[in-house]
Amino acid sequence: MSLVELTQIRKSFGPVEVLKGVSLKVEKGEIVAIIGRSGSGKSTLLRCINGLEQVQAGRILVAGIDVTARNADLNALRERAGMVFQSYNLFPHLDVERNVTLALKLVKKLDREAAGKVARDVVTRVGLAEKLHAYPDELSGGQQQRVAIARSLAMQPALMLFDEITSALDPELVGEVLRVLEGVAKEGMTMMLVTHEMNFAKNVADRVIFMHEGRIHEDGPAREILQTPRTAELGSFLSAVLH
Amino acid sequence: MIREFAGADVVYLLLAARWTVALAIMAMLGGGLLGLVIAALRIVPFKPANWLAILYINLIQGTPLLGQLFIFFFGLPLIGIQVDAWTAAAISLSIYAAAFFGEIWRGALQSVSIRQWEAGASLGLTYGQRLFYVVLPQALRVAVAPTVGFLVQLIKNTSLTALIGFVELTRAGQIISGATFAPLRVYLVVAVVYFVICFSLSQMSRRLERKLHVAR
Repeated sequence: MSLVELTQIRKSFGPVEVLKGVSLKVEKGEIVAIIGRSGSGKSTLLRCINGLEQVQAGRILVAGIDVTARNADLNALRERAGMVFQSYNLFPHLDVERNVTLALKLVKKLDREAAGKVARDVVTRVGLAEKLHAYPDELSGGQQQRVAIARSLAMQPALMLFDEITSALDPELVGEVLRVLEGVAKEGMTMMLVTHEMNFAKNVADRVIFMHEGRIHEDGPAREILQTPRTAELGSFLSAVLH
Repeated sequence: MIREFAGADVVYLLLAARWTVALAIMAMLGGGLLGLVIAALRIVPFKPANWLAILYINLIQGTPLLGQLFIFFFGLPLIGIQVDAWTAAAISLSIYAAAFFGEIWRGALQSVSIRQWEAGASLGLTYGQRLFYVVLPQALRVAVAPTVGFLVQLIKNTSLTALIGFVELTRAGQIISGATFAPLRVYLVVAVVYFVICFSLSQMSRRLERKLHVAR
């Protein structure tokens, strides 16, 4: 069974249908970049996968958990599927260490010492060991986003979802976040990323999905899709973002 | 008989000020508890509960506190419920305070971005954990200043209970002023006592805010 299985999912906001029957399978260890114009439904797709949005139709299975079931255990699902957001969303009243340890203590039930050790490990992995006791507002956007990645990594999820995580950053801060992502990718994490970084998609992702008007328009190996788009829509999208 | 305004009168005023403080504390506790209920009714995703809370808030905020005091003090005996001035004052001030606390706290809760709820959810925290560990600590920081600001108003508003004969600081001032015929000096002392109470409260709030800010 695939790690993620979407079957004909549909999602509307009021009268606007954002996802018009999307089916998709993602295998363990795959790195999938999702690209497309704004409004094409790519962020909504990610948000449906960890249950932040409810779909109107279709079925979503993640690590064997049926997200779309009426009595779905969303907290158990989210423990397995981490998510990093465009706006970082660190907890501003907690320092870096406690941002990471909060869920470890409450959800994973680790004691203070064990949680602290995990926090030091993951924060070191994203290169911010010296910021362990800094508060979010003392960090740059890039550093905050690296902490957000560390916070999600600490939960040892089976799948990580990244929703345009470099879009809010100043250009000179994008590189440090992408390098952290590459590191996570190399460790074999299953990742789905909504991104506008085409070079990153080409070099790091195994597979690229192009969303267009609420549907998957193209889906295939990253280099192939990005170098030789089969449809006019992808072609014009790529020439728009690359120039 | 007219006598001098003397040291003993100041002591009398200070003793009466205890009732001002006691009444404010009662209203703070009663109004605080009821205010929590109002804030909760205001934000739960159940329309009739929202409407009930909004009706309550508008009714209480839109009518004078003095009128509410009179209704409880003079109105309840008409339907056969005997109340003393203290009870009527404590009940009406609590009801009054709850309408304001409810709105202040609802605003503070809603000032925390929906993204903070989502961030908590995406880490697998339950609804209660998100509320207590993520949202409330942030809402608390926002709520301190307006809550204390309203408490200061509440302390000054306890003076209205003088009109139903409850002997607190203002009523005591009226009594002494009547006996000594020195209204200026008496009410000056009364004003100073109110000021000391309210000023210390806002200083405490400032310190609390600073502490919450340092601890984020």
